Amino acid sequence: MADNSSNTAYWSANVRIILISLVIWALVSFGFGILLRPMLSGIAVGGTDLGFWFAQQGSILVFLALIFFYAWRMNKLDAEHGVEEE
Amino acid sequence: MSQFAINLLFVGASFALYIGIAIWARAGSTSEFYAAGRGVHPVTNGMATAADWMSAASFISMAGLIAFTGYDNSSFLMGWTGGYVLLALLLAPYLRKFGKFTVSEFIGDRFYSQTARIVAVICLIVASTTYVIGQMTGVGVAFGRFLEVSNTTGLLIGALVVFAYAVFGGMKGVTYTQVAQYVVLIMAYTIPAIFISLQLTGNPIPALGLFGDHVASGEPLLAKLDAIVQELGFNEYTAHKADTFNMVLFTLSLMIGTAGLPHVIMRFFTVPRVADARWSAGWALVFIALLYLTAPAVGAMARLNITEMMWPNGTNGEAVSVEQIENEPRYDWMATWQKTGLLDWEDKNGDGKIQYYNDANADMQAKAAEKGWEGNELTKFNRDILVLANPEIANLPSWVIGLVAAGGLAAALSTAAGLLLAISSAVSHDLIKGAINPGISEKGELLSARIAMAVAIAVATYLGLNPPGFAAQTVALAFGLAAASIFPALMMGIFSTKINNTGAVAGMLAGLSVTLIYIFLHKGWFFVPGTNSFTDADPLLGTVKSTSFGAIGAAVNFATAYIVAGATKETPQEIKDLVESVRIPKGAGAAQDH
Repeated sequence: MADNSSNTAYWSANVRIILISLVIWALVSFGFGILLRPMLSGIAVGGTDLGFWFAQQGSILVFLALIFFYAWRMNKLDAEHGVEEE
Repeated sequence: MSQFAINLLFVGASFALYIGIAIWARAGSTSEFYAAGRGVHPVTNGMATAADWMSAASFISMAGLIAFTGYDNSSFLMGWTGGYVLLALLLAPYLRKFGKFTVSEFIGDRFYSQTARIVAVICLIVASTTYVIGQMTGVGVAFGRFLEVSNTTGLLIGALVVFAYAVFGGMKGVTYTQVAQYVVLIMAYTIPAIFISLQLTGNPIPALGLFGDHVASGEPLLAKLDAIVQELGFNEYTAHKADTFNMVLFTLSLMIGTAGLPHVIMRFFTVPRVADARWSAGWALVFIALLYLTAPAVGAMARLNITEMMWPNGTNGEAVSVEQIENEPRYDWMATWQKTGLLDWEDKNGDGKIQYYNDANADMQAKAAEKGWEGNELTKFNRDILVLANPEIANLPSWVIGLVAAGGLAAALSTAAGLLLAISSAVSHDLIKGAINPGISEKGELLSARIAMAVAIAVATYLGLNPPGFAAQTVALAFGLAAASIFPALMMGIFSTKINNTGAVAGMLAGLSVTLIYIFLHKGWFFVPGTNSFTDADPLLGTVKSTSFGAIGAAVNFATAYIVAGATKETPQEIKDLVESVRIPKGAGAAQDH
């Protein structure tokens, strides 16, 4: 607990990254995959529409990208704030 | 060599491998038994987590549920992968930093309360036991088919095998055994899918073939499937027909539940560093996604194959005849599955043919009256057999069928073993050492862990004989329970310093009990058939099915905790400091036993 203000800044930066990631997470699954599917029905993908593709493929691919982005971003943030592991 | 002998060869060889690894890595001290000495690389850990996670529900059951429902069951795909985002962002790094062995230890320390710890243990045992019931259902289906015995005998044999290596291996045995199991199960899932995708679409990648063209008709595969299922009176495959609100809640429950399941969270205690915990969740999802991106293709293609097989002359031609089913080699799978009692047909109108159609559809009833049909004659097709029967339906080589047998068993057994470990550590480490008898010797603790495992497997086997649904549906109930009890407590423990001991205990109890009561009202008290007051077709609250209630349970948990914490004594300063320290990675040492 040497530097409390730096820790607070680190934590709020972390919470901001989490919130942005979760908005994308909800948008591709609950949004494109379910609730917004009727709006995407004009975009044809292989015999069906884009919403179907998001529900069965696209959302999973975005989830993967989100987790790796978060791991990369946070490991960088740890170093910036000097809170990384020894 | 007969198909039976080939199956035995594949299953036998894979088992010898797993048990060999378990004996080689036999656990010595308690620290090794629980967390494999924390020396596991993120990629290895990710692969083991994937095997642990992808159970009978993912491997055996999920594609069948998608095949017979279509788009509306996409919830399973999004729910069971989306939960990893929550796990990676909200829980894994902090729990690793905290550096203890079990989920309930974190809850007990963070909420400075022995009661909170015991309540967490109870939540964990309830969710995990429900989950094991689902696995046992899958084990019964797989062993029943491949040993050509009844479902019940298959289940009993499976229970003995799970017991053997979970008890003697511990986590390290389980970690390396599970890496081997992952390799077997992913090959078993993808190889037949590649064969079938090539046959139907000419594309070797099933996830792309699903959106490609059907070679035989030249139409897009999904358009072709939509057309033929509608001609038989079933719902259009790609259409959204189910209730939207329930679908959103169900998907959310599966996501939150994924992040609240103790046997998955425990995995993140086993990596060396906090940074590795973040990567581990990503690697786990890479290995899981290989199966989850393939599953929707498996479902759609199998549905097309089965429908065409029942209507070899097209949906407007003559249906398949009883004589064909009995004599043509490509229908042999129907006779073998009939032996397990999970597939059946009956020539109701005595015309020598088996008409497969939706007899609840008004248009089809009119057509049936005209043609002299007396109801759907493919009387039973258990969803859980689809993936296992799939290579036989597509007429693939016998070694592929043997491989799928080994893969299905790997999926069911690996998850069952991981869950049993979570249950046994909860009982021995948290209940006995933590509460009842703190002075217990290391040897005594290890013995009680093994006894707890034996008891859990006996209960799950007993309930597995009378499961509350198909494997994936039973498992979905377990996710609802985890979502309503464990996840909110963990999340509030990390992200809020306001929630105190009483708030957390009240929240967990409220979340668990409303969810459990809602499930029992719809599935029968303690899953005893016939004691339910409602059904999922006509649920108590609007359109909310019992499998979707977990998200509401979680909301009840959060709300109760906030209200109660606001009205009771503030969290002490040393606990606020603990939360602060969990939030930053610096200073994460090796875990300590207490």
